Amino acid sequence: MKKFLLLIVVAMLAFVPLTQAADIIGIITLNGTPPPEVPYTPLMNDPTCGAMYKTAPTTHFYVVGPNHELADVIVSLKDVTGKSTGANQPPVTMDQKGCLYVPQILAIQTGQKLVVKNSDSCIHNVHVVPAAAGNPESNQVQMPGGADLTFTFSKPEMFMKFKCDVHPWMFAWVSVIDSPYYCLSGTDGKFVIKNVPPGKYTVEADHRKLGTLTRDVEVKDSDVTVNFTFDVK
Amino acid sequence: MSEHAPVKINRSLHWFAVLTALFTFLLLGAGGLVTSHEAGMSVPDWPNSYGYNMFLFPPSLWIGGIFYEHTHRLIASGVGLMTTILAVWLWLKDSRKWMHWVGVAAFLLVVAQGVLGGLRVVLADAQLGIFHAIIGQLFFVLTSAITLFTSRWWLAQDSTLPDRTHLQVVVGMTALRRLVLATTVLILCQLIIGATMRQQHAGLAIPDFPLAYGKILPDTSATAVQRDNEVRMSVITENPITAFQIILQMVHRLVALAIFVLIAACAWRTRRQLGKRDPLAKLALFWLGLILVQILLGAATIWSNKAADVATAHVLGGALSLVTGALGYIIAFRRSAALPEIASATTISGAFGGAPAMAANK
Repeated sequence: MKKFLLLIVVAMLAFVPLTQAADIIGIITLNGTPPPEVPYTPLMNDPTCGAMYKTAPTTHFYVVGPNHELADVIVSLKDVTGKSTGANQPPVTMDQKGCLYVPQILAIQTGQKLVVKNSDSCIHNVHVVPAAAGNPESNQVQMPGGADLTFTFSKPEMFMKFKCDVHPWMFAWVSVIDSPYYCLSGTDGKFVIKNVPPGKYTVEADHRKLGTLTRDVEVKDSDVTVNFTFDVK
Repeated sequence: MSEHAPVKINRSLHWFAVLTALFTFLLLGAGGLVTSHEAGMSVPDWPNSYGYNMFLFPPSLWIGGIFYEHTHRLIASGVGLMTTILAVWLWLKDSRKWMHWVGVAAFLLVVAQGVLGGLRVVLADAQLGIFHAIIGQLFFVLTSAITLFTSRWWLAQDSTLPDRTHLQVVVGMTALRRLVLATTVLILCQLIIGATMRQQHAGLAIPDFPLAYGKILPDTSATAVQRDNEVRMSVITENPITAFQIILQMVHRLVALAIFVLIAACAWRTRRQLGKRDPLAKLALFWLGLILVQILLGAATIWSNKAADVATAHVLGGALSLVTGALGYIIAFRRSAALPEIASATTISGAFGGAPAMAANK
């Protein structure tokens, strides 16, 4: 009986974490007025791609909300590497639709699959142009209705460029993070990095055009709030 | 080659060489359009195109950047074939042994250039693109030189050597040819800088001209570059620029100025030494006009935000400038090297004074 009770106690302890993970939450805002977005004129000049639009779509380099909330900022923990769980995570999908990449900014973990689809009725080539050594450059054809292409990357890298050389206005920027502690700010500017173990960290916010901001935080047993404000110089 | 043995003029061979040079020029333009439209990697395989034999690639698939890259490959194949024919023709029909080897050199260069272009695609190596661009320019020089060497004018010079006019023209040619050579080498360096700029695929590192970001010398500090990148809203070449790229464009502008001064000096000196009717003086004047147009095209490239056709015209202007300099040097070299002992003796006796030479041309 004593042994049985001891077993129950040990089992219960196993389910009680010794330390409580917490979330890092916050909001990203933009101070200043960004330059106006530009229309994809070359897209409209292309017979196939231009036919998909009545008016020219514009770039989305600065996605800013009515209260200056800034989207498409990648927030991650600086210098936290080697913690990737990417191989066990579901794939992230990026589509080629309307002769544009959708989404144009995204983030994955090292080892996590990135699936690239072609929903268009025309040829695209998916040309990956990494900057980090160890992430190989590749250039693959994707015919309309062709099989999805799958990519994985072993080295962390911010804003790795994906491009289509058939349609030279088509770009996407994929950030590869070597840990699960990252997220992308939404159109409301909000972000949440979930289940961060207690400790001292430097939180890094990266915007492709605006650069990088960092803040030091300490995570204990409750959520930590950290906000970032980018300035248009 | 024996300078005294007249070489039979082969009109067909000459006009075929002209045609090859013209197609090479066309090929340079097609290559320029590929880079200007950022289409260099739009056909990911080589020597096939999307798995098709290059010559059977369905035109219905020649869309977007594929059109530029594929037509570039087709024209390149044509130039390769023409160069092969030209090399064989020179070997069989030109009595000058050295011309046989010039033909062989052209053949080897066109093959190397084709392989280099293919490797740039297959290896996805942008650095190879710089070499590909420069070898293309040098190949154009070679085909243009073959055109010159097979021309009636060149061969007529052979048969009239030596004569009194020529001996007098030799006066001061050594210094002149060195000036032409230095200018031509500087143009080649400028083309390397230009090719490096284009292969950065970063659009305009400096968006204004004649100033640079509103200043005579742009600020290349990290803060300034970051600020510049924030306001760049490019649709086609959305790469962040770097301080290196800004400095590179500034160097390109300064070298352009130096080239203009040197070519003006060439034009002034040839006119003074050889007289305005001399072919070299006329060529130098053409060179000066060409470089003025080229500078204007460079400015237009910036003012048009690197419009593909304008940028390509600028590339072609660079190619013509290089060829003009190279052919001018060949002609000047030939004159000065024809009778080196007389040239040397006359030069020592104060040949840089232009009067005697000018008199010979009047």
